[in-house]
Amino acid sequence: MNIRAQISVVFHLDKCLGCHTCSLACKNIWTDRPGTEYMWWNNVETKPGAGYPSLWEDQQKYKGGWDAGGKLKSTSKSRIVANIFHHPSMPTMDDYYEPWTYDYQELFNAPEGADQPTARPISLVTGKHIDIEAGPNWDDDLGGSPIYAAHDPNLAGLTAQQRQQLFAVEQLVFFYLPRICNHCLNPACVAACPSAALYKRGEDGIVLLDQKRCRAWRACVPACPYKKSYYNWSTGKSEKCILCFPRIETGQAPACFHACVGRIRYLGVLLYDADRIREAAARPNDELIDAHRSLILDPFDPEVIAGARKCNMPESTIAAAQKSPVYQYVKVWKLALPPHVEFRTLPMLFYVPPMAPVMAARQGDALNHVSQDLFHDIEQARVPIAYLANLLAAGNESKIGYALRKQKAVRWYRRAQTVGDVDAQTALRMLREADCSAEEADAIYRLTALSTFEERFVIPAGHRELGVEALQDPLKHKQQAGFGFIAGPRRGL
Amino acid sequence: MNLPLYLDRALFVGLPYAAISVCLIVSLQRYGWRMFTYSSLSSQLLENRTHFWAMVPFHYGILAVLLGHLIGFSVPRAVLAWNGRPLRLYVLEAAALSFGVLALIGLAALINRRLTNAKMRAVTSAMDWLTFALLLFQAASGVYVAVFTPWGSTWYAAVVVPYLWSLFGLNPDAGVVTQLPLAAQLHIVNAFILIGLFPFTRLVHILVVPNPYLWRRPQIVRWYGSR
Ligand code: HEM
Ligand code: SF4
Repeated sequence: MNIRAQISVVFHLDKCLGCHTCSLACKNIWTDRPGTEYMWWNNVETKPGAGYPSLWEDQQKYKGGWDAGGKLKSTSKSRIVANIFHHPSMPTMDDYYEPWTYDYQELFNAPEGADQPTARPISLVTGKHIDIEAGPNWDDDLGGSPIYAAHDPNLAGLTAQQRQQLFAVEQLVFFYLPRICNHCLNPACVAACPSAALYKRGEDGIVLLDQKRCRAWRACVPACPYKKSYYNWSTGKSEKCILCFPRIETGQAPACFHACVGRIRYLGVLLYDADRIREAAARPNDELIDAHRSLILDPFDPEVIAGARKCNMPESTIAAAQKSPVYQYVKVWKLALPPHVEFRTLPMLFYVPPMAPVMAARQGDALNHVSQDLFHDIEQARVPIAYLANLLAAGNESKIGYALRKQKAVRWYRRAQTVGDVDAQTALRMLREADCSAEEADAIYRLTALSTFEERFVIPAGHRELGVEALQDPLKHKQQAGFGFIAGPRRGL
Repeated sequence: MNLPLYLDRALFVGLPYAAISVCLIVSLQRYGWRMFTYSSLSSQLLENRTHFWAMVPFHYGILAVLLGHLIGFSVPRAVLAWNGRPLRLYVLEAAALSFGVLALIGLAALINRRLTNAKMRAVTSAMDWLTFALLLFQAASGVYVAVFTPWGSTWYAAVVVPYLWSLFGLNPDAGVVTQLPLAAQLHIVNAFILIGLFPFTRLVHILVVPNPYLWRRPQIVRWYGSR
C-alpha cells in the first residue's frame, strides 16, 4: 500500500442557496487580474442548465477526461505532436463569455439632458464597447431555460414525462451546483501537460500549475472534463483553482469555504491507496462509485495508520484524517458522491444530492402528496433521480436513492424528536429502511445543521518546516531565505 | 550584386557573430531569470475559426524548410550527390518549394488573423508585428529565391554552407556569398537579423518544445524535498 493524504471536500447541495458569495470571494482574491477576468475558479451554476463554460459536461464536444482504457480523450502522446499547433477540442472565449466592465466616467461626464445617463459596457479584452451576449451565469435560476437548461447533458436518458416533470410551469424546479477544481486523484490536466507544468502535491494532493513551466500548449484546458483549468490569454499561461493553498498552509479554510453563507462546505483529509488509482479508474461505469470509494482508507484502522507512518505521513495528518468531516460524509455515511465519476479523473470533491420538492399529484381539485409508502416521494421528487444519477453517480440510481433515503429518514427522525408530528416508531422504521442507526442520524444531523467552523474545516498542519528540512539545514534556511525574489507575471515580449 | 567591402564585412561577418552571440546570451539569460516569459502565447482561446488554417500550414511549412536547411548544413556533400541526377533534384526542389509556399500561406493567414480580429489585435505587441514582418520577408524572399534562382538546393550546399561553416570555424570567409543574387543575400542577412532578435520575441517557444512528454509517466507528484 502506498498511503497518501488528500485534502478533500464535500458540498452539501441541499444547503446551497445559490448566493454566489463563494464565487466573489475567489474572484476578489485570485482572478481579477488582466487575462483572468473571464475565469471563475469557483462558479455556481443552476441545474438543470448548460453551465459554465457552456455545456462543459458534453464530452462529445470537449473530449475531456479518460476513456475506460486509460487513455486521455483529448490527446495522446502521439496525437499531441500534431495537435500542439492547433488543439481540436480547445474551447474558445465564446464558450465562456467575453468579460466586460463599464465606463463609469460616462455617468459623470454625460451632458445634462432629459434622460438618465448610462454607462456602456466595455470589453476587458479589447477595451472597446461591446454588446453583452452572455455572462458566466446567463441561465441563473433557469433564466432562458428553453435555450439553456433544455440542452443539459444530464437530461440524456430521461423520459419525456420526466423532462416535463422538470420544466412544467408552476412546478419548475432547480438546484445549485457550486463547482471548483476537484483536485482529482487521476487528474487529466496533469497527464495532458506536455511541459509537465501541472502536478499534484504529494503532501496534500492539491493540483497546481507551475506558472514558470507552462508554455501555453494549453492541453490541460480540453483535457479537464470539468473545464477547471483556464487559459490566461494575457500572460500566455494556464491557471486553475489552487484550493487557496497559502491559506490552507496557514490553517485557514479556502476563501470560498470561509465565505460560504449556506455553510454547505466541508473540508478534511482523506487517506487513500495511491497504488490502486489506475485500477479503480478503469472499472466499468456502474462500479466506479464503489471503486472510487474503496480507494479511501479507514484512518482508524491500525494497519492503515502503520502504513501511513511507513509512508512518512506526519502524525498530525493522520489525526486530521480521523477528524475529517469528509470521511464521514463520503465513506461512513455514503451520503456524498463525486460528480461525473464516469469522466474517470477520480474527483475528490463530493456532493450530497439535494432533496427536491415533492411532486404533488392532482387528485380531483386538491393537490395531494401524501402517500402510504414513506419513501415514495423520493421517486416522485421533482428532480428525477435519473437526472441526479447522471450528474453524481454515472447513471447509478441506487446510489442517489440511498443518499436521499438516508437524508429523508434523518429529517423525519429529527421531526419526531423536535416537532413530534411523526411518531417515534415510524421514524425508527424509516432509519432502519435507510440503513441508518439512531446514533448515525444524530451525527448526520449535528454535522449537517449545527457544525462549527472547526468541525466543518479540519485542516491538517502544513508542515512546511519538514519540507525545508528535507532540502536544507533549517537554521541556514532561516538565515538565508527571507522572502526570496519575486518576478511579476508579465507577458513575454 | 557587389557591395562595398566594408558593408560586406559588416553584413556577412559582423552581423552573424553579433546576432548569434546575442541570441545565445539573451536566450539563456531569459531562460534563467525570466522563465515566466517563455510561452508560445497561444491565442486559440480568442480566435478559433481561422486558427487552424494559419497555425498548421505555417508550422508544418516552416519546420520542414528549417529541417531542410539543417540537413544541407550538416551533410552538404550528400545533398550535392543527391542533386547529381536531374529527377532527384526536381523532387527535392519541388518539395522544398511546396513547404516554403505552405509556410508563406500560413504566415499570411496568421497575419491576416491578427489584423482583422479586434481581440487578436489586443494581444499583438509591437514586437509581434516586427517578428511577423521579418518572418514574412524571410519566407517570401526564400520562395522568390527558390523560384527565380535555380537551383537553390545546389548552391546552398555548394556556396552558403561553406560560408556558414567558415563562420563556425571562426575563420569567416564571405567570399562567394557576396556574389549571390540580391534576393539570396537579403534572405541571408534577414536570417541573421531574425536570429539576433529571436530572444526578444515570442519565437523563444521553439527552445522549450516539450520532448520529454513523449516518454514521461502520465501523472506527476511533487513532494517537498526528494522522495
Ligand atoms: C516543433 C516546434 C514548434 C512548436 C511545437 C510550436 C508551437 C507553437 C504554438 C503552440 C504556438 C501558439 C499557437 C496558438 O496561437 O495557439 C505557436 C505560435 C507561433 N510559432 Fe511556433 N512552434 C514551433 C516552431 C516554430 C518555428 C520554427 C517558428 C518560426 C521560425 C515558429 C513561429 C511561431 C509564430 C510566429 C507563432 C505566433 C503565431 C500567432 O499566434 O500568430 N514556431 N507555435
Ligand atoms: S477538476 Fe480534476 S482534471 Fe480538472 S483541473 Fe481539477 S484536478 Fe485537473
